[in-house]
Amino acid sequence: MTANSWIQLALFLGALVALAKPLGSYMARILEGKPCGLDRVLGWCERGIYRLAGVDPQQEMGWRTYAFAVMAFNLLGIAAVYLLLRLQGALPLNPQGLPGTTPDLAFNTAVSFGTNTNWQSYGGEATLGYLAQMLGLTVQNFVSAATGIAVLAALIRGLVRRSATTIGNFWVDLVRSTLYILLPLSVILAVALASQGVIQNFDAYQSVDLVEPIPVDGGEPTTTQTIAMGPVASQLAIKQLGTNGGGFFNVNSAHPFENPTPLANFLEVLAILVIPVALCYTFGVMVGDVRQGWAVLAAMFVIFIPLTVGVMLAEQAGVPQYAGMGADDVASATQAGGNMEGKEVRFGIANSAIWASATTAASNGSVNAMHDSFTPLGGLIPMWLMQLGEVIFGGVGSGLYGMLMFAIVAVFIAGLMVGRTPEYLGKKIEAFEMKMASLVILIPSMFVLVGTAIAVVGPGLEYTVGDEVKGNLNNPGAHGFSEVLYALSSAGNNNGSAFAGLTANEPFYNTLLGVAMFASRYWLIIPTLAIAGSLARKKYSPPGAGTLPTHQTLFVVMLVSTVLLVGALTFVPALALGPVVEHLQMVSP
Amino acid sequence: MATASKSRPLFDPTIVRRAILDSFLKLDPRLQLRNPVMFTVFVGSVLTTGLGIHALVADGNESPGFILGVSAWLWFTVLFANFAEAMAEGRGKAQADSLRSTRRDVQAKKLDEPRYGATHRPALASSLRKDDAILVEAGELIPSDGEVVEGVASVDESAITGESAPVIRESGGDRSSVTGGTRVLSDWLVIRVTANPGETFLDRMISLVEGAKRQKTPNEIALNILLAAMTIVFLIVCTTLLPFSKYSVAAAGQGSPITVTVLVALLVCLIPTTIGGLLSAIGIAGMDRMIQANVIAMSGRAVEAAGDVDVLLLDKTGTITMGNRQAVEFIPAVGVAIETLADAAQLASLADETPEGRSVVVLAKEKYGLRGRNIHDHHATFVPFTAQTRVSGVDIDGRRIRKGAADSIVKFINENGGATSNELRETVERIAKLGGTPLVVAEGDRALGVIYLKDIVKGGIKERFSELRRMGIRTVMITGDNPLTATAIAAEAGVDDFLAEATPEAKLKMIREYQAGGRLVAMTGDGTNDSPALAQADVAVAMNSGTQAAKEAGNMVDLDSNPTKLIEIVEIGKQLLMTRGALTTFSLANDVAKYFAIIPAAFATTYPVLNRLNVMGLASPSSAIMSAVVFNAIIIILLVPLALRGVPYRAVGAARLLRDNLLIYGLGGLLVPFIGIKAIDMFIAACGLA
Repeated sequence: MTANSWIQLALFLGALVALAKPLGSYMARILEGKPCGLDRVLGWCERGIYRLAGVDPQQEMGWRTYAFAVMAFNLLGIAAVYLLLRLQGALPLNPQGLPGTTPDLAFNTAVSFGTNTNWQSYGGEATLGYLAQMLGLTVQNFVSAATGIAVLAALIRGLVRRSATTIGNFWVDLVRSTLYILLPLSVILAVALASQGVIQNFDAYQSVDLVEPIPVDGGEPTTTQTIAMGPVASQLAIKQLGTNGGGFFNVNSAHPFENPTPLANFLEVLAILVIPVALCYTFGVMVGDVRQGWAVLAAMFVIFIPLTVGVMLAEQAGVPQYAGMGADDVASATQAGGNMEGKEVRFGIANSAIWASATTAASNGSVNAMHDSFTPLGGLIPMWLMQLGEVIFGGVGSGLYGMLMFAIVAVFIAGLMVGRTPEYLGKKIEAFEMKMASLVILIPSMFVLVGTAIAVVGPGLEYTVGDEVKGNLNNPGAHGFSEVLYALSSAGNNNGSAFAGLTANEPFYNTLLGVAMFASRYWLIIPTLAIAGSLARKKYSPPGAGTLPTHQTLFVVMLVSTVLLVGALTFVPALALGPVVEHLQMVSP
Repeated sequence: MATASKSRPLFDPTIVRRAILDSFLKLDPRLQLRNPVMFTVFVGSVLTTGLGIHALVADGNESPGFILGVSAWLWFTVLFANFAEAMAEGRGKAQADSLRSTRRDVQAKKLDEPRYGATHRPALASSLRKDDAILVEAGELIPSDGEVVEGVASVDESAITGESAPVIRESGGDRSSVTGGTRVLSDWLVIRVTANPGETFLDRMISLVEGAKRQKTPNEIALNILLAAMTIVFLIVCTTLLPFSKYSVAAAGQGSPITVTVLVALLVCLIPTTIGGLLSAIGIAGMDRMIQANVIAMSGRAVEAAGDVDVLLLDKTGTITMGNRQAVEFIPAVGVAIETLADAAQLASLADETPEGRSVVVLAKEKYGLRGRNIHDHHATFVPFTAQTRVSGVDIDGRRIRKGAADSIVKFINENGGATSNELRETVERIAKLGGTPLVVAEGDRALGVIYLKDIVKGGIKERFSELRRMGIRTVMITGDNPLTATAIAAEAGVDDFLAEATPEAKLKMIREYQAGGRLVAMTGDGTNDSPALAQADVAVAMNSGTQAAKEAGNMVDLDSNPTKLIEIVEIGKQLLMTRGALTTFSLANDVAKYFAIIPAAFATTYPVLNRLNVMGLASPSSAIMSAVVFNAIIIILLVPLALRGVPYRAVGAARLLRDNLLIYGLGGLLVPFIGIKAIDMFIAACGLA
């Protein structure tokens, strides 16, 4: 790894940690309903929304009511997006006159954005008009992220409250997170990105003359190119901040209008992790012991940093076969070296690798390089980061509540080993919590593995258009398997990142991935809220010398081991048949 | 303490023989269904047996020998788990048998009226009902549980407690309860029966040690859920491997898909069979360890709760201090020679048969060479202690010597026209502040001085309390003393807190307060007035010597009636949880090595490069799979002693304990199977078995 890579990584991590405390304590004020400064400016808006929706902000909810509100709101959102996509041909703000999408694509996309996954089976500029992008997708970008924060807030309240029956009000959590956290941050980021050259307009696509005409076999050379336009900056900001990842353009943040400069790239990759990182601090503040938040954050970094370095090393090491082809893949002042296939020259190895692990650690899924073209190990790590359950930072809110489920399991085993009924933050972990936490850990892996199995049995290998049979996989052999496994890992963990190389915009994958995304979002939210309700009802047991401290190195080790062991034991066989075989084949003479 | 006669060797031959037989009887699918992990293995065994038989008659691409070999070891896995459970139960059953032998149907003397001398007629013990009155005389067995209504007798309770020294049972007070199956050694007792046939203490004890009424405890249920979830995860991992493998074979164009036998082998190796197979044995063994410590727990839930105790309420008298106060010093009043005081104090105590009184005589003799005299030689008149006067003493040779509590003696002096000095009052206060009991000695109108009676804190108790503190348990002393005295003793004994001038209501209130604060409270008690508090406490240990009411209210009975037994009880509770946690960690950590054994073996025909993952260098694919399965089965047997004995508990604080256990069972669990599987593989290869 080059010195430049280390500096880039250090800068990125340093900025994240530095922002954790200020942003984290600010968000804690929002979720605890305290004045935050911004409420003086936007308070009228918050109150107006409550009045308009007929919500009493003082009305607390039990976990069932809370879950019902989450589900009702999300299902309604998904239905709205579905209709927008189907009917876009008849709706305004569609200068290209793009037609309504197929039902399966509309279902897949609606679920994808509603669940904060942002898997894209379509190419943005070729499929969606501005209204669908803004009113459909961007709105879901905000509210799906706010839903994650709300569920997290409910879980934290469950941990904090004693002998209580309620865990907050979903509508209040949703409105306050959107209005005071996501909206202001997005405005700041959108303006900053626009300053770097990210476009923001409602123009029709432009046709420009090529400087160098492209020769076409047996025909006239191509002399013009269509350049897509649109309100990119406004959608891009929340796409990064809300761990959404659904790009305006097909190639996502590899597109020069979506990610023009190294500074834009730095801001965008920082925006992927900044809220999930800061939420750990928020958690610490809300439970009244910031060390608890730092401990969880430390566990995330302990997994994230080595894996990121792993991607960087794998990509920098490149492909041994290049040498035989006479290619120069040594890093120098003029080139990044390593495996540059599928990467932008302006980002190089370091920024592509950092982005790849950040986007898969968090459930963002945006890309600035094509993961399909990574080396086998460079591709394995992003895939495994998703398979860990999107708990290393993970989605906004959802990553931390997922991680807290792992903490509950870790505390359970650790608690047994010190001879006490396990407790987390003074709440006893009993059969009900184990049942729900097990569900949370079980469901995503079930959808990933069973979904992959269904696909490779046959239905996911080829599809028909008219009378023509086409293959879904770009590559044969183990890499083809990796492509399918990656797609299911992405959907089954609500990441949305695509390996590429898999043709997914056809009924089979649109349906399978849509179901996987839906199930692994809401089948996790409901048990999480159930735990919140059950914990809230419990008494608080004050810690003593016999209780396991959950803010120390040892607990961090325990939590890291639990996440890694569960992730490894579940996915080792599948990974062995995909990227591991690819790697061994690549390095074997 | 457990007596030598009660502890059996871990692998007692008779128990082992019975356990082996039981292992086969437990193959009943209905019994297997109770344990999701082992039921999965059971189904796998049946499936592979069928496949093996099919391979014998039809041609397949796997040798029937291999399939049946795997199948045999899967059956062994089930049998070994059954054996572990049967061993744990067997120890209880053996105990139950020896208890049952004391439950003979004896002839009882049923009284027509509950008083000594009433007419009685013979009746079988099994016909005795609650509230019947019976007479038991020297040499006879007590036929049923009861309460002494009349008489005093020495009773041999060794059949229940294992303690050979006889105990005194008498009517009234806290030593009035008797247990069926014990023997009256001297005198006689009139007993009111308190249990119907089949409900006696002995009956309950037998059913408890046999584990007949064993129900899964809350924590065990939670762990079972986790294990079931892990089993489902691995079931999904293994079943999806078949399509993955088929795709790979098609894509690579070589090799053959993974067989069902190998998939079942992989599944059984991955699911947490080690903990799953030993889980119920651990629970039963925990109860068994309680019994070895001479404590009968009424439920497994109580044993488990013992590990969670944060607050321990202990009675001062008899637990923290020796039962009685003792004289340690004579402090004369101004102008009185110390010998004069000692002499008067001794004279006043000569007829006092209480331990306090005797200790005064002894102190005077030891320190001042004053020999005990026969008061009858001096025409002395003994003045006994009464609740009205609250003084005692002697009238001898015209001298009127009295000793008693300060205010009572002051009254006595005033009545005789004398007065007391400030300095005497100061002495009295000083002693009270030190936690002692001041007894003032007066002769006529003159105060001679003060006897300093002191509560003697038991040796070693302070160390036990600091051990408890390291375990995270707060100790609270309960005493009827005034706050001053209580403070001093609390400081000397090193308890964290105390409740002075305790009444049953105050105790109950204190327990409720601790519980409201989220603490788990344990206490011991023996008296009837302890029963409300015992019923409220989370872990309530009643002394076997205590009243029937106390035993009913508690959830454990200590047969040794040793109040410091709570410490052991807490340790056993903690051991129970620790053993579960340690074996769960060990079981899951084991899986890493098993993957390294089975994955290359299963897929190397398709992707030969995967052989590079065969880091153990196992001889052949079939020996690799066999070795993993054999290791998985054998480790259950090897861990049976650990499951029965429990992971040792040390009071070193939770963090250190976790670190140590993680190193042993986590890291150990990661490494041991690499060595074990390699060793078994070498053995198989050497024998040419595969």
